[in-house]
Amino acid sequence: MSPSSRHAKVYWTGFAVIMALLIIAPLVLPEFWRRFLTEILIWGLLAMSSDILIGYVGMVSFGHSAFFGLGMYGAAAAILMTNPPSLWLAILYGLAGSAGVALFVAYFSTRLRDIYFAITTLIFAQIFYVIIFTWTEVTGGENGLSFSRPQLGIPGVYTTPFTSTTLHWFVLAVVAVSYLVLRRITQSPFGMVLQSIRENEARTRAVGYPVERYKIVAVMLSGLFAGLAGVLYAIQNRFAAPDFVYFLVSGEVVIFNVMGGIGTLVGPIVGAGFFLGLREGFSRLFPWIASTFNLPQIAEAPYLIPVGIIFIAMVIFMPQGLLGFARRWLNR
Amino acid sequence: MDFLWHVWDALAANRDIIVIQTVNGIVTGMILALVASGLTLIFGIMDVVNFAHGELFMLGAYVGVIVLAATGSFWTALIVSVLTVALIGAVLQITTLRPLIGRDPLTTILATFGISLVLQNYALWQFGPVARKIQEPFTGQFTLFYLQYPWYRLVIAGLSAAIITALYLFLRYSTYGIWIRATTQDRVMAQAMGIPVPSVHTAVFAIGAGMAAASGVLFGPLVGVNHAMGLDWVLKAFIVVVVGGMGNLGGSIAASIFISLLEAYASIWVSPSQAIIVSSVVLILTLLFRPTGLFVPTPK
Amino acid sequence: MSPPVTPQDSLVTVEDIHTYYGKSHILHGVSLGVGRGEVVGLLGRNGVGKSTTLKTIMGLVHPSQGRVLLEGKPITRLPPHKLARLGIGYVPEDRRIFRLLTVMENLRTGLDRAGVSEAKKQELLDKVYAYFPVLAERRSQAGGTLSGGEQQMLAIARAMMLEPKIILLDEPTEGLMPRMVSQISQIIDVLHREGVAILLVEQNVPLTLAASQRIYIMEKGVVRHHAAAAELKADDAVIHQYLGV
Repeated sequence: MSPSSRHAKVYWTGFAVIMALLIIAPLVLPEFWRRFLTEILIWGLLAMSSDILIGYVGMVSFGHSAFFGLGMYGAAAAILMTNPPSLWLAILYGLAGSAGVALFVAYFSTRLRDIYFAITTLIFAQIFYVIIFTWTEVTGGENGLSFSRPQLGIPGVYTTPFTSTTLHWFVLAVVAVSYLVLRRITQSPFGMVLQSIRENEARTRAVGYPVERYKIVAVMLSGLFAGLAGVLYAIQNRFAAPDFVYFLVSGEVVIFNVMGGIGTLVGPIVGAGFFLGLREGFSRLFPWIASTFNLPQIAEAPYLIPVGIIFIAMVIFMPQGLLGFARRWLNR
Repeated sequence: MDFLWHVWDALAANRDIIVIQTVNGIVTGMILALVASGLTLIFGIMDVVNFAHGELFMLGAYVGVIVLAATGSFWTALIVSVLTVALIGAVLQITTLRPLIGRDPLTTILATFGISLVLQNYALWQFGPVARKIQEPFTGQFTLFYLQYPWYRLVIAGLSAAIITALYLFLRYSTYGIWIRATTQDRVMAQAMGIPVPSVHTAVFAIGAGMAAASGVLFGPLVGVNHAMGLDWVLKAFIVVVVGGMGNLGGSIAASIFISLLEAYASIWVSPSQAIIVSSVVLILTLLFRPTGLFVPTPK
Repeated sequence: MSPPVTPQDSLVTVEDIHTYYGKSHILHGVSLGVGRGEVVGLLGRNGVGKSTTLKTIMGLVHPSQGRVLLEGKPITRLPPHKLARLGIGYVPEDRRIFRLLTVMENLRTGLDRAGVSEAKKQELLDKVYAYFPVLAERRSQAGGTLSGGEQQMLAIARAMMLEPKIILLDEPTEGLMPRMVSQISQIIDVLHREGVAILLVEQNVPLTLAASQRIYIMEKGVVRHHAAAAELKADDAVIHQYLGV
């Protein structure tokens, strides 16, 4: 068997095993952890969309919170405006919302490089934040919007309410399909061009590729999947709030990317899991330390302090992320 | 023609507010200039986008609160704050930024973003979510034309201008200033001339941090001091640095005043949080048409 | 007969250094030496690694193998600013003066050192203004406004402010008019008389032969030939062979 087809066999076996685990998980886990796992998948999807830009084209965007938020609010709009709320309409509206923003951002992406692009996307996220925050009549302002969860199925033919298990499977299906689609795209000739843009933009342009068009498509792709994550989040949590549009959320997403491994597509999901796991861990550890060692102030310690320090340490010492590190370790 | 008369009438009717907002704009602009100068200096010399700059501003304000409570003297608080935060800045640069020299610039953005998260949450933990107050060193107003305007705000503007002028003179005439300027222009040759470039980097970061801290203490009495106060400022400072021209000290001062004036006028009609849209629009227009900076002569 | 590659009382010794730029293997084991007060020429076609050798000595690039010694002590991994303080001056190709600093400020980057009295500083300045009167005239002008030749003089003067034991000169006559070229020749003489060693990388063969005591010739990242300048002046067949001049 040739090495590449053996490699493929190993890969798909691994993929199947992980999928199996994720499918069985909600059946054996308690409710809290079930939701936790679903959340990891949703944030993972968001981080994966960001990886397209950071890992494959080489553009850091702090604007993903805008795509995510618009997806969320788009879904909210669909759910609130139709009765009974339609799942597919929610997805459609959410994607449309984030696509619109993505187009806007994409236009600028072709004109700005590196740091200017990062700062501009950050500003955009903030503009949307301010608009959503202050346009209270439409967006609910500071309090956001809450709504019910649409039913799974095709309206008029068959619908059933989501249980947390079926919701998990739905999210898993969406995320898995997204991953496969994105993987296919990044391994296609299109994806190769993106990577060569990251390596050396001038040379790619000199060879004759319309770099601007590739960048625009990359941003649109990234924005769409980020919006999809927003839709899923809206469905799971049944509310939309401006907090998710604030640029700090984009920053956290970039943290997932770095922790997991930039440019690996799967890495960001691992990174999301790692970050959220650390969050849970420290949120429980601190109160325990406080009560065991009688240090009451530690109980309130924000988890972001140790997690932030771990992040900084990873940027310095493990810039390839967990996945990159694992890959090197396995190759030894 | 009628339209112009309407505008004139509106201006005349709002004359008082416009005058006050002009002065407010200049005052805020000077503080922003103080924050942005540090940021642009750091960027100019070591290509580091310091995401944590707003948090240094915030830390400065908190140290000011503590020292003020302990000593009762505003001016002591100012000096101690500047020195403390400058030291913290130096330590941060040595531990987290020095190892990243020579790597992808993205890594410094990430590292400073991480630092900003840690500092924000540390402040939230230690001081809680309720805003603290710094008492201004003197109250009292004076007559500006025929309006009443607080003395303190003018002092802020004056002090900021003084600090920036001191910085300028330092850069222009002192030996260390020459070292800093040489390093900014050509880091490699500066080293070849015996200039200890790593120490210069640390010193500049410390200076930038100190300036941010001073802004925090000076601005403290105007707003509440809380853990999130840095976020707004870092955004505005970034806008200023880009509009003024990255690494261009004079440009960022001009841009600070320009943008603050625009926002001050805008907040006559919209809420202050929406005023940021005004600066954002300026930023976007600048990036589209004059990406090297509004106040920088177009490169030939 | 060629003198030994590394003279016993060597000031700077380079031992078998290999330097890479990324994946490109530029220096494949370069060894050479410069004695106290000696002028040594380094000749070779474009791209053979002459500038890279100077940069390795100056610590601007680190070799992956081999050593650089200053007065017998290893300096291979030291940062450039320490080497400048230890007495190595560097005048790069394309001069690289600080364009936005004035002539005076350019000189001050080397002059403002710890342990140098004001009197000494004035002495150094006076000396350099005597050698380069045009710099005295333009002392308050920004470096970027000077002509090519003036910038070259400033670059050399700036290095002299460090009171170096050795100056690494990288193609000082490139792009200069003939009148300036002879001025450079004179400056090298002056420095030699003052006891400053010079490692001179040049394309101008006659100037190098006239100014140097010994010559190294490089090809493809190694030293291929080494001889006293007098020998090569008499028989320049070798030079034609390696440089095609």
